[in-house]
This record gives sequence, structure tokens and C-alpha cells, in this order.
Amino acid sequence: MSEQQTGAQILCEALIREGVEVMFGIPGGAIMPFYYAMVEYPALRHVLCRHEQGAGHAAEGYARATGKVGVCLGTSGPGATNLVTAIADAWMDSTPIVAITAQVSSAVLGKDAFQETDITGITMPITKHNYLIKRVEDIAYAVKAAFHIASTGRPGPVLVDITKDALQGRMVQNWDIKLNLPGYKPTYTGNQKQIREAIKLIAKAKKPLIMAGNGVQMSGATAELRELVERTRIPVTTTLHGIGSIPEDHPLAIGMPGMHGWVHVNRAIQECDVLLNIGGRFDDRVTGKTSGFAPNAKVIHVDIDPSEIGKNIKAAIPIVGDAKLVLQAMLAELPGKEELSALHGHASDWMEHIQEMQDKHQGKQQYIDRAKTVGMNLPPHDVYAALTRILNTRGNYRVVTDVGQHQMWAAQLIDWIKPRTHITSGGAGTMGFSVPAAMGVAIAFPEDTVWAICGDGCFQMMNQEMATMMQEGIKNVKIAVINNGYLGMVRQWQELFENKRYSGTPLSGPDFAKLAEAYGWTGITIDRSADVEAAIETAYAIDGPVLIDFRVEREVNVFPMVPAGSSIGEMIMETPVG
Amino acid sequence: MNKHTVVALVQDQPGVLNRIVSLFRRRGYNIESLAVGHTESEGISRLTLVVEAADVEQVVKQLYRLIDVLKVSDVTDDPTVEREMVLVKLHAPSDKRAEIVALMEVFGAKIVDVGTNSMIIEMTGAPTKVQNFVDVIRAFGVKEMMRTGRIAMVRGTRGHPADVHSESNGHANERAVLN
Repeated sequence: MSEQQTGAQILCEALIREGVEVMFGIPGGAIMPFYYAMVEYPALRHVLCRHEQGAGHAAEGYARATGKVGVCLGTSGPGATNLVTAIADAWMDSTPIVAITAQVSSAVLGKDAFQETDITGITMPITKHNYLIKRVEDIAYAVKAAFHIASTGRPGPVLVDITKDALQGRMVQNWDIKLNLPGYKPTYTGNQKQIREAIKLIAKAKKPLIMAGNGVQMSGATAELRELVERTRIPVTTTLHGIGSIPEDHPLAIGMPGMHGWVHVNRAIQECDVLLNIGGRFDDRVTGKTSGFAPNAKVIHVDIDPSEIGKNIKAAIPIVGDAKLVLQAMLAELPGKEELSALHGHASDWMEHIQEMQDKHQGKQQYIDRAKTVGMNLPPHDVYAALTRILNTRGNYRVVTDVGQHQMWAAQLIDWIKPRTHITSGGAGTMGFSVPAAMGVAIAFPEDTVWAICGDGCFQMMNQEMATMMQEGIKNVKIAVINNGYLGMVRQWQELFENKRYSGTPLSGPDFAKLAEAYGWTGITIDRSADVEAAIETAYAIDGPVLIDFRVEREVNVFPMVPAGSSIGEMIMETPVG
Repeated sequence: MNKHTVVALVQDQPGVLNRIVSLFRRRGYNIESLAVGHTESEGISRLTLVVEAADVEQVVKQLYRLIDVLKVSDVTDDPTVEREMVLVKLHAPSDKRAEIVALMEVFGAKIVDVGTNSMIIEMTGAPTKVQNFVDVIRAFGVKEMMRTGRIAMVRGTRGHPADVHSESNGHANERAVLN
């Protein structure tokens, strides 16, 4: 086949060759040639969004749920800059997306043309790499390189900016493309000597702890993690992005660490003598004050990005590699039951001690001082209690949370069982993430029920994508708005640290159920605990997208809490930690 | 904070210098000097950076994250040849010229321009010698001065030849990186 094709057609074909099935975007002047061509390629589904940020978050949701590269599109100028927040979000959470933006014609580049913006300059610090393509000859290579970079090593966002004249150019494309990236050679196999040292250290430990981060699920290593946990009998904590690495009903899964982690987990970290971190980057929400973190532990840090090792926390045994491959190598080095009997003995006593702390301080069920909820019509915790029960009974769910108090409660209070079912914005903490991201997840998994849990502030940032979902005929999304009339997490900090100076936090909004109905959704308003379960069941019964406005008690705080700058040993509780 | 001399081999792609300098800015590494130019291999440039950073190992690792960066080394503690160049427009009235010329001999500097009351002097040498020269000629009155960045090369047969492979089939290589 040696037919002349336009740059836009070449772009379409290049995307199909990368396995792209859906793209989220909004057209505009510079990108019109691409939109003209894409109609000829029905394998590429285009989802017309209502804001490019929504397109970006949808691509992220799609990527985090499937492990594939998400694709978002924007025209030049403001179309491109509207993608920036989502790209920055993907950068922080190592989410593989490729953002394709059109650029003004190369003849006027650099002359402040209509809708011209230096998007490659703007996104340089927040992409793994980016390309400015001015010639039709360079399009196919850039796409192949972009997908390779986005999806390998430590995943992340890549932007490809293509001038309008390149999209309109014509050529015969040779599809035998060889990548030339000599400066990009991720390490996947861990150093064998380091792995042996790690196993030796673990075998001698008396209070060992495993910490599972984002990398475990990204690597597809949940089975290997579980096998390591069960053969060593070492308790395991999962960070916010590590949730789903191991089912939370596993006897050795102890819960989430860090700023809003459980007391027994943070204490376990502070007491442990060996800490094996797999695929986590020791983010400050987990470590608190780094000088006070895990003071008694020798740290084994497994990460695919060498720059994360030793950046925040010094590692006694650094292992650069892919989580799955390193875990497999560790399992191969692990001695048999007889040689591990000392470890098993210690681990059993240690787990018993952790269990005692959990029973004393904050079991999953003791998540709120019930005595204090007597006057409340709807404590937010009651929503989560119902959700976790119903979701886990019904199965086949994905949950996308937004950012704030509701996000922390979701992480704490829902029982997370399967991988890639807890999707959230962690490193960037981008409000507005959940509604568009849920759309991306729903398109990837039309058989699952996708819950977007958001606050009233978050909802107001990106709710316009409800129109997108209507247009696309998406039925399997249910939105739960945890509506307290505040920017809740900020208000909590203002209450605890700024003498309740609620500056800029009381927040009004529309009647969310009515707004949902205006979008063509079903809207339900709930303001009493007794009505919560029925509302959730109704949402399931309706064959279509549903929004539930849970009008919860306005001023409730997330506990435990490690104040910023404190060590994770210094937690605040509603009742003092004894 | 210590000063480190870091040598990097990079692919000569548009914007590569921008990427490196922006990286340093946002990570808070202070660049004291920077010199970049072509190498013996086409399409590959070499940078010599003198950087002030608390954790130079992090600097090296962050540079490796850039796709266009091929190889990075901290050569501060290696035996190296280091050179800088300076051009100075010196105030040079006729009664001082003999003195200036004598000084040029000592430092191995060259006069490359003569004006009615000034001279442009070119001097190349190891960084400390260049610094000495600059300190000494100040007494004559410096009208203009321009120093280049430092360039460095490791002595002997070790070092950083620009002979990296330019072909990649797109699959990741598995190569242990000791950190």
C-alpha cells in the first residue's frame, strides 16, 4: 500500500497501531484536519468533552483503570492550556497518557498568532517528554515514541504538539519505524545481589513491615505481593495509591499509613525494624516529617525510578526495578518454611501486637465516636458504611474519588478488595478529577458500576462532563456528592490550626439533584441516615446515570490526622491517643 | 553546599539545553557555570556544568530522567583537565603597556586587539589560573570582561567518549544501574 496520506490520516493510523480505542477531546481551528480525518477511522472512538481538563482526567481514569495509555486531545492555545492541569496530575501520579495538541502553522510559529501558545515549553516540567512536530514526516515517529515513553519504565504523560500544516501535509508513510532513544533505558530487573541482601535482612527481622505503593498495581504484581506476604507472614500496609494491592480483608493487611492513616499503622511504622517499600515513593503525606520517619527501621526500597530512591528517605538496600520482576526474584530467593521459622515466630507476635493497637484505637468499625453523632441527621460516615456493604455485596464496581475529606473517608472506610478499583488524584490532589475520570473508567469497563465520590466543591469544578456522558449514552456512572456546604478539608485545617477562621471555605451550590435532572440524569437528594441505603439501591435499580446529593453534617473532621510538619508518631484524634 | 563539576552527554535535539536548565531551576540546583558544544560524534553534545547542590547524586539521577540525556558523571573527584577562557578589555594607556605585556608573558595570555586607550586580552587556562589572572589585571582597570564556562575532561583513557548506540528497537533494555 503506497498511498499518499495526509498528516492527519497518518496520525489516525499511528494511534490505531498503538492500540488506541478511545480519545477524549474538543476540536478547534488548528486541530480541524485531525477531526476531519478521524471520521474515516471508526476504530477510533472520539468522546467530545465539555472542557479539555475533563478530557485529560477522562484519559487518566481510563489509563488508571486499564493500565493502557489514555489519550486526550486539544486544539492550540486555550485548548492546549486547558489540558495542563490534567497533565500535571498525570505527572504526579505516574499515569500513562498521551496528550495530542494541534499548533498554529509553522509559518507563523513564534509570532503570537491566533490561539498560539508554547505548550511544549509550558509542559516541559510536567511531562516525561514532549515533541513539537512541524513536518508531516515526523508525525508517525513522534506518536510511536510518545506511546513508548508514556507506557514504559515509570509511566507518565507525554505531549505531542503538531502544527496545522504538518497535519495537512501529504506523504507516503513507511510504517517500519525504528525508535532512536539511546538516552532512555529503564531498568526492569533488580540487582540480584541487592535482592539477596534484602531477603537476608527480612529473614532476620523481628518487626518487619511491607509497604505497597502505586507501583505494585501498575506493574500487575498483586499476586506476587500476596505470595510474598503469605510466605513471610509479614504485615502489609497500602498507601493511598497502593489500595487494592492486596485485599483489605486479608489477615495480614493492616490499612493505610500517613497523614490520615490509622493509629496502629503509623505506630507499626515507627516501631518496625525492617521496612520493605515496594513501588511507593515515600511521599510526604505518608512520611510526615522525614527526620522522624521509621526511626528504628532499615529500609529496603524497590522502585523503578532510581531518582526516587534516597530522595526523601535513605535506603539501606536500594533496588531499582519493576515491582513484579523484583518480587518474582525475591520469591525465588526466599528460603523454605523451615529456614523462615524464626521470622514466622517474630512476625506472628508482631502482628498480634499490631492487632492489639488496632483493636484499642481505630478498628474499621470504630471510625467515629458514635456518641458525638447523636444530634446529626446524616454523619458522612453513614454514607460510607452503606457504600462499602452494598458495593462489596454486589461486586463489579470501580470507585473514583475526588479530593478532600470525602476522599480520605473513602480510603479509610470502604473495604477495598480488588486491584484498580480505587482511583483517585493523589500526588497533585486535583479537585474536579472524579466526574471526568469516572467517565473514562466507565467507558473502559461498561459492565462495571462506576461510582464517583466527590465533595460539593469538587463537583462544581468539572460537573459539565455529565453532559458528555449523556451524549455518549453512558449509563454505568453513579455520582455520590458528599455535600457539606464547605471546602471541607480546608475548613478542617482552619478549625484545627487557625482558630476556626473560615476564610473562603463556606461554599454554596445549586440543588445538585435538580442540576443532574437538567443534564438528563436521575437526581436524588438525601439528608437522613435512614434513607441512605435505599438511595444507593435505587441508584442501582435505575438503568441510567444517577446522582445522589448526600447532604451530610457540615462540620465533621477526618481523624486520625498527622499535622503538616509533624512526625507520623504524633497523631491527633478526636479523643486523645493513649 | 559543595561545588561539583558534572559532565553530561546529550542528544542534540531542539530544546535540550532548555530542559536541563529548567530542571535545575525547579529542583533548586544552582548553576555556577555552563558550557556546551559539539563532540566528536555527530548529533551528540557535551555539557560541563559547575553546580552547587546539597545532594549531587540526586542531580545526576534527575538528569538521567531526561530522555535526551545519554550519560552523566560527577567528575569533581576525578583527575581532570579543566579549562576556561576569558576576554578582557583592559584600560591600557601608553605608559602602562609595557607592564601589561610583561604580565601577559607570565600568564600566557595574548593581546588580540589594540585601541587608543585599551587592549583586549585573551587568556585560557585552568580555572584557578584564570581567576589569578583576573584578580591581577583588575588593578589596571577593566572596561569589560567575559568568562566562558568551564570545560572538563577526565585524564587518561577513562572518560566519556560520545559513542553511544543510536539504534533502539523500542524495547527497554535491562541493564543494572547501580545507585
